[in-house]
Amino acid sequence: MAGIPHDHYEPKSGGERWLHKRLPVLGLAYDTIMIPTPKNLNWMWIWGIVLTFTLVLQIVTGIVLVMHYIPSVDQAFASVEHIMRDVNGGFMLRYMHANGASLFFVAVYLHIFRSLYYGSYKEPREVTWIIGILMYLLMMGTAFMGYVLPWGQMSFWGATVITGLFGAIPFVGESLQTWLLGGPAVGEYTLTRFFSLHYLMPMILVGLTAVHIWAFHTTGNNNPTGVEVRRTSKEDAQKDTLPFWPYFVIKDLFALALILAIFFAIVGFMPNYLGHPDNYIEANALATPAHIVPEWYFLPFYAILRAFTAEVWVVQIASFVTGGIVDAKFFGVLAMFGAILVMALAPWLDTSSVRSGRYRPMFKWWFALLVVDFFVLMWVGAMPAEEPYATISLIASAYWFAYFLVILPLLGLIEKPLPQPQTIEEDYASHYAPATGGTKTIVNPAE
Amino acid sequence: MLKKLTTGVALALALATGPVLAAGSEDSHVTDYDFSFEGPFGSYDQMQLQRGLQVYTEICSACHGMKFVPIRSLSDEGGPGLPEDQVRAYAEFYEIYDEDIDDYRPRRPVDHFPESSLENAPDLSLMAKARAGFHGPYGLGINQFFKGMGGPEYIASLLTGYTGEDKEEAGAILYENTAYPGGWIAMAPPLYGEDVVYADGTEASMQQEAQDVAAFLMWAAEPKLGARKQAGFTGVLMLAVLAALLYLTNKRIWAPYKRKAKKAAPAE
Repeated sequence: MAGIPHDHYEPKSGGERWLHKRLPVLGLAYDTIMIPTPKNLNWMWIWGIVLTFTLVLQIVTGIVLVMHYIPSVDQAFASVEHIMRDVNGGFMLRYMHANGASLFFVAVYLHIFRSLYYGSYKEPREVTWIIGILMYLLMMGTAFMGYVLPWGQMSFWGATVITGLFGAIPFVGESLQTWLLGGPAVGEYTLTRFFSLHYLMPMILVGLTAVHIWAFHTTGNNNPTGVEVRRTSKEDAQKDTLPFWPYFVIKDLFALALILAIFFAIVGFMPNYLGHPDNYIEANALATPAHIVPEWYFLPFYAILRAFTAEVWVVQIASFVTGGIVDAKFFGVLAMFGAILVMALAPWLDTSSVRSGRYRPMFKWWFALLVVDFFVLMWVGAMPAEEPYATISLIASAYWFAYFLVILPLLGLIEKPLPQPQTIEEDYASHYAPATGGTKTIVNPAE
Repeated sequence: MLKKLTTGVALALALATGPVLAAGSEDSHVTDYDFSFEGPFGSYDQMQLQRGLQVYTEICSACHGMKFVPIRSLSDEGGPGLPEDQVRAYAEFYEIYDEDIDDYRPRRPVDHFPESSLENAPDLSLMAKARAGFHGPYGLGINQFFKGMGGPEYIASLLTGYTGEDKEEAGAILYENTAYPGGWIAMAPPLYGEDVVYADGTEASMQQEAQDVAAFLMWAAEPKLGARKQAGFTGVLMLAVLAALLYLTNKRIWAPYKRKAKKAAPAE
């Protein structure tokens, strides 16, 4: 594997040499697990392991759930109840799977905001970032389709609303929506195809996870200073890094165990807290729930979708300029996907040469505001579409776009960054003295 | 830095929503009853479930059904725990159409409770999980976090929430109810007190009946509550031990690289 210089796998026994000549799988595993990792990584670098674990958890619980689930409109709801009541441990499987989706999104949002703060998306890690965004989109699709499968009221009406978004696309929308649903409305064929795709997409996620890991194993991990590991020689690299095994594996597993303890507390003691009571009512095409609200992890983008109503001047201009092709509904759809697109473009929108927010005095505050903005969007997404929430969601949506499209490009030009450490070793030594008998003592870091 | 940020965000949110919380309004009144199955260690009260079953059977089941609940689960441990012969006798009380013999026959314990006999009466199998008694405030989910979702509280409040007023609307009679969202419900008041004679001699006040049947419906919706809490507790305990061991391991392997700097490190 290219990247930071380090010791590679050497087959020792005869058997290992035999295998290595034919399939260097042990070498691949060794190089992957022994990757030199910046030794100053903080606790925000644990979410990757949490995400990988959660993906496996969801796949394993999901495979067993599928053995008992029946994807048909007459029996889906009853088969879920069968799982909850009659299948051995079925209630745990289902509650873990349902709450596992929430764990997945908690972890992915922290992972994404970690990258946004420490500039992990910047050169040379753009490909890792883009693949990550693709994975996030796939996760959203998977979670959405999974939520439809229990065939409760919120499943049905959520599916109706969300597929309706595609119907807003000019010219092809209606046909596209019919194609997605497998019919004129959400029904039997919607359920079966969502079931099929809900099973397929996690498998693609597994593949993308491998590519994601491959990509950052090539560039090396970013770290809280944003300063690159020295690659001039193996000795230099070793001053900045420690191998992933055991130093970071154990650290990450400790964090994972703590997070899973909280996860089990939720599954065991309040498994329906994050769900919606209406989904315990079987789907009924004749009764619309009073409030159709998506799961919490979709709320920020749902808020952006709803923020752009026909009264907003941007929407009116867009509608006028395009001769009415872009109406408020379609504008909302564009805004929702645009919100993720601008995030994907962050590597090219951010003009600052400094990676880490730690050394960017102005950026810090704008970033903090983005985090607040995210929570505000999540909150208004759950509220009814009326004042004052409509105005709040419009302002919050505007800031989301402004952050990526205006603030990130401008900050790089006007901000004077703080001095950065020359090396990771220097940063690390300023927190922790080098080991006894260490080769060098950092007398006094510059500045 | 990030930790400071998150704390800041939490604080900002708390400050921003503080006044809103205080001004929270309630559109329906739901009493926060103390049920035996609340909290991490709460479990169903077997006698209460049996009383609730009695209320359900003698009153609710006249219109409502519980089609997802197998009758055999009445003998489950942690539930009403009826002896099997009683469950068999209970099942035989209801008939079911059997395709094999092309005729009606008495139900067996493996069959489910009957469906609702009245078209507009919702099925009660999952009612205790399909309603939330507690909300918000303002979509923040704080009340549900501390009080629970409030399904059984809602049911008990609804059954005791009739004011005695009624009105006619579009040919149907609606009854005023303080717990029902909107205030007017189509269901006639089902409980008045002394509607059943409890087998265990408990006084059958309206409050007693309402809470008993609410507890019973919670069991019907979540029969595995005990096993779930047990699994959750075991899981948390084992993960806590694992986390402690990993913490010590982590500390140990990092020790050679993590001597705390003697001289004050330059601040971030």
